[in-house]
Amino acid sequence: MAERSRSYRTRAVILRRRDHGDADRILTVFTPRRGRLELIARGVRRTTSRRSGHLEPFIHVDLQVAQGRTWDVVTEATTVESFRGLRSDLGRIGRAGYVAELVDAFGQADPEALMGLWELLLLALRELDTGGGHPDLLLRWFEIHLLGLMGFQPELARCLGCGEPLQPVTNFLSLQAGGFYCPSCGERLEQGDPVEATVLKVLRHLQRSPWSAVRSLRLRRSTQAQVESVLQRYLAAVLERRPRSLHVLHRLRSLG
Amino acid sequence: MAEPLAQPVSNLIQAFSRLPGIGPKTASRLAYFLLRADDEIALNLARALEELKARTLFCSVCLNIADQDPCRLCADPQRDPTVICVVEEPLDVQAIERTREFRGVYHVLHGAISPVEGIGPEDLKVRELMARVRRSLETETPVQELIVATNPNLEGEATAMYLARLFKPLGLRVTRLARGLPTGGDLEYADESTLANALTGRSEL
Ligand SMILES: [Zn+2]
Ligand SMILES: [Zn+2]
Repeated sequence: MAERSRSYRTRAVILRRRDHGDADRILTVFTPRRGRLELIARGVRRTTSRRSGHLEPFIHVDLQVAQGRTWDVVTEATTVESFRGLRSDLGRIGRAGYVAELVDAFGQADPEALMGLWELLLLALRELDTGGGHPDLLLRWFEIHLLGLMGFQPELARCLGCGEPLQPVTNFLSLQAGGFYCPSCGERLEQGDPVEATVLKVLRHLQRSPWSAVRSLRLRRSTQAQVESVLQRYLAAVLERRPRSLHVLHRLRSLG
Repeated sequence: MAEPLAQPVSNLIQAFSRLPGIGPKTASRLAYFLLRADDEIALNLARALEELKARTLFCSVCLNIADQDPCRLCADPQRDPTVICVVEEPLDVQAIERTREFRGVYHVLHGAISPVEGIGPEDLKVRELMARVRRSLETETPVQELIVATNPNLEGEATAMYLARLFKPLGLRVTRLARGLPTGGDLEYADESTLANALTGRSEL
């Protein structure tokens, strides 16, 4: 067996960080091959640290890492993409925080899903940085593709009760079952939320389309709000909690 | 099986390990040091800890930790109440006081906006700052400037942007500490944001 190498190089996006000791930080990062990692960056809270500016949240960074006992240690850090546009807008900072929290929550994914999650994360950050699409639509697209990558793809084509294709009428969402029931099966459900046909249509479009085909979509405010509500309740059911960044996002988003 | 450690010792080790930056090893080392050291050292520490909780309070004006209310800075007639320096933590007040450059007063937010951690503006002492500023506008010494001295990182910048959005409409000047290259730093190692800020914030020679 090959000897474990003492140091490695990796691309990473900084998701979170917390202070440790006098001047160190523990970073939670997401990497394309190793998934979610916790690394220690020593001395980065000193204003003279030459690494600190490269290790801020949401930065896409090239890291040299030495294996350590409790945490692997960041020895070099160079910014690949700093996303300065994103960082200069409160609403976008709030949205990026939500994206980072979700990637953090799902970061211990199967190895096969890691590269897909990495690309999804970078696409979301790039779009929040410079993209012209609606940032909330981007979040919805991100949510549904994240769910798909993690194996929680909601069933949007067929009724979970009778298996018949769902018709363009009001169908019933079941969070527990992970999909929809047609009107006649939905009547027998104990907990089923009626969802309008347009909402289901938008969800399907989001699920099967790349972002480039979605970004120019213009939705009515009420449709957008219902799509958001369905996806966020679905995510909360999968995570078994409501993401903590959501109330901050709503507050910052309301400032425009 | 008997406990390997006497109960008071393991209690103290546990208490120490809850402190930030202290692992189980350091905690044991501190506990055994106190066990062997002069009684005076341990008793002084115990008294200091007791007083820390019993004799400190939050200043009702600036929210800093103080031993009187209002705190010595807020009560000092020599300080200019029309300029408020807004900081994240009480330790930041001390850092700025050490420069002896600032003659205004402070406001401590007790944190910074961090979406990932779920910390929003309503979790900080922003409402108190707004009430304080509004109150002052009725007096002869209305607040004229907020100097936002939050940390030069994502959370601190987000907090600064938020405060600017909130307080500029009241007609206040909202300023930010200049951000540039750190003393002792090397230009080639500077990250993009630091360099960009240093360029926009450049000054006449
Ligand atoms: Zn059915
Ligand atoms: Zn005070």
